[in-house]
Amino acid sequence: MRMFPKAAAVIGTALSVALPAAAQPAWQPTRPVEFVVTSGAGGGTDLFARTVQAAITRHNLVPTSIVVTNKGAGSGAEGFVYGRGAQGDPHKVIFGTNNEWLLPLVARVAWKPLDLTPVTAMAFDEFMLWVKEDAPHRTGADLVAAARERPGALRMGGSQTRDTDQTLTLLIQKATGTRFTYIPFRGGGEVGVQLAGGHIDANTNNPSESVGGWRGGQVRPVCVFRREPLPVGPRVTETQSWSDVPTCASQGIAVEEFRMPRTVFLPPTVPPAAQAYWTDVMRRVSETPEWKDYIQRTAQSAALLAPAEMREMMEREERSARELYGPEGWLVN
Amino acid sequence: MLSNLDALMHGFSVALTAHHLLLMVAGVLLGILVGVLPGLGAPNGVTLLLPLTFSMDPVSAIILLTSLYWGALFGGSTTSILFNIPGEPSSVATTFDGYPMARQGRASEALTYAFVSAGIGALVGIVVITLLSSAVASFALRFGPPEYFAVYLLAFASFIAFGGGAPLKTIVSLALGFGFGMMGMDTVSGSMRLTFDIPELIRGISFLVVVIGLFGLGELLLTIEEGPEFKGASGRLDPRGMLRALASMPRYWVAVLRGSAVGVWMGITPGGPTAASFMSYGLARRTSRNGVRFGQGEPEGVIAPETADHAAGTSAMLPMLSLGIPGSATSAVMLGGLMIWGLNPGPMLFIEQRDFVWGMIASMYLGNVIGVILALATVPLFAAMLSVSFSIIGPVIVTVCLVGAYTVAGAPFDLWLAVAFGVAGYLMKKLDYPLAPLVLAMVIGDKAEDAFRQSMLMSSGSLGVLWSNPLVGTLSTIAALFLLWPLASALLGWRRTSKAMRLAPPEPGA
Repeated sequence: MRMFPKAAAVIGTALSVALPAAAQPAWQPTRPVEFVVTSGAGGGTDLFARTVQAAITRHNLVPTSIVVTNKGAGSGAEGFVYGRGAQGDPHKVIFGTNNEWLLPLVARVAWKPLDLTPVTAMAFDEFMLWVKEDAPHRTGADLVAAARERPGALRMGGSQTRDTDQTLTLLIQKATGTRFTYIPFRGGGEVGVQLAGGHIDANTNNPSESVGGWRGGQVRPVCVFRREPLPVGPRVTETQSWSDVPTCASQGIAVEEFRMPRTVFLPPTVPPAAQAYWTDVMRRVSETPEWKDYIQRTAQSAALLAPAEMREMMEREERSARELYGPEGWLVN
Repeated sequence: MLSNLDALMHGFSVALTAHHLLLMVAGVLLGILVGVLPGLGAPNGVTLLLPLTFSMDPVSAIILLTSLYWGALFGGSTTSILFNIPGEPSSVATTFDGYPMARQGRASEALTYAFVSAGIGALVGIVVITLLSSAVASFALRFGPPEYFAVYLLAFASFIAFGGGAPLKTIVSLALGFGFGMMGMDTVSGSMRLTFDIPELIRGISFLVVVIGLFGLGELLLTIEEGPEFKGASGRLDPRGMLRALASMPRYWVAVLRGSAVGVWMGITPGGPTAASFMSYGLARRTSRNGVRFGQGEPEGVIAPETADHAAGTSAMLPMLSLGIPGSATSAVMLGGLMIWGLNPGPMLFIEQRDFVWGMIASMYLGNVIGVILALATVPLFAAMLSVSFSIIGPVIVTVCLVGAYTVAGAPFDLWLAVAFGVAGYLMKKLDYPLAPLVLAMVIGDKAEDAFRQSMLMSSGSLGVLWSNPLVGTLSTIAALFLLWPLASALLGWRRTSKAMRLAPPEPGA
């Protein structure tokens, strides 16, 4: 009963039409649903979609079966192009990040950010600055000082090129007037291992990508790109928890906030009732213990953006990305 | 080491329950099925089963998934040998001698060699994991981009350098392979390469689709041309063939040992099972006494890649668990599974999740033994398929190939690609262009390129990085020696013959 007004509110913002509260949903799936994942198997978006799938299956939130397919080629371009091609089909749900609106800026791809129908953003993944456990830099300030002393000598690893990690590296360089040599790898896991082996000096992995290495004493986070430290939670290593990681701004790296939304889309021109249906399903997923466990384990921040809010965020991010990428010569569109 | 044995015993106590044994049998059987169907393959099989495991406890879940992987590795060799269609990328090298053996009517022999040597390779891999888990994990950490590049170069050099066919044709085949391999988005520059603005090409060209076309459909076209019959592939059920193969297995102990060593090395570093099987085949061909008979149905040419393939497949589990490095597409999916079950791969897994880690390692012993037994049990069944008349089996193969090509990514476009590569494969065989270099270049060319460019970014363009520490220096030097080997041996051979000619009395009438 407690959740009821909230549900109505979400549907309300989604549709701006008042639905009769207890009635059958205006639309629901009539055949198997495909969850299109815009990353390879084992990637962050894959884990996101499969957690949603597991929550839906365990709590019976959707009447038909759900199949997850991975279409992660070209940093997710494959999945978005596929989603765009499935015009008007609400049985395909596309899972991604902010690559849906950032990738078309830097690569020649066959969709425009606003082509797909936004459903919601369910979480924000945090970014941290990581160094090797035995690195001489104890803090973020140390690392920046070292980079300033020898411009370009420190190696910053990240996944892919012109993606979130390199964008963040660019922001760090601008904020501190330093220069790193950016080396792209295929994914966050690989970047984490390269840091643990000392082949690079730092990376900007998400907490979940490097938690294993932190607990195993291979790498450690020096700061988090967030306005305030993460909320207090259980201990991750023997002595520390995520909340003990200071903000990067407090270390003299003036990047106030940098995070990556976990987004859900539908193909273009689906009926508004279907958009409302999936918004509601995702809201119910966000209340399951499986979802809460996932959020805590991966140290993300839970969120639940209405489609209109999401659209606004997309437009805002696209504008600032254009400003940042333009002088670097990254823009192709 | 002793504590590892204790832990292993504990693992057996976890894995040896009726429930888990049942899961292993089910997993292996399913695996053989998905392995036999080209295109479906282990990664897809594991992905399909993953949702089922959400409600299981992690030990049961990993036992089911890894058993399926072993089954698929066994099954993948079956179609390579019988129909020249590799069910798995890592069984491409098995076709080189396995298929000729089948055509000579020695299908059951070839299958037996493949399964038994695969089983032995797997066991060697697991023993290494059991005994050296901690040392191996820290060794894998020493691999940065230059080391990776050196490993790929080594795999490449050891397979390519001895060259079977005409050098120019080999180079053309290689170049085509590199070209196909680089299609799609480039990791290092982030730009689209060779996609011609066709959305279907963003994915690049799937290696499996190419293999299904080149090998499966290409071979079928050749068969049709040569008369609609499987030449010499007598379909007789031949239990004696199996026994003969089992009895002569000990003779090939060198090949088994060499294959296991290559496999374990490539699994740990991790270059992956596909590169391992090619490298092992290449090394065997060069160093074996039977080297000249390779490619014409030599059992050692089946044993070498199969042993390495499985040794790599099993030993790659170690870097996956302890560092979170997936050695193959299949272990990448399993990594995703680990996270969903609430486990974080990393060094702590071995300390905090002893039941899980050692239960899984113990299940690898059991699963592979079960795998060999079940796979051998299927030999008569599969060998009997050869006695079915071509007018029935031919269309079935075409269907299986096309279904396989479609399953890889669920894209109709891949059907056309497979057909195109089928025609290309037929033409290349007719014109004597070797297919293997193309396949190898496609598989590791792309990764080698990334590793090379990452190394160059790290060293600001200096090749010295390939000799910057003893590990990478040794690897690069061996690779360079292998590459120069044919040149050197040709020179030596030329000098020896010219010397012999000078010493020999002039031929009468010369």
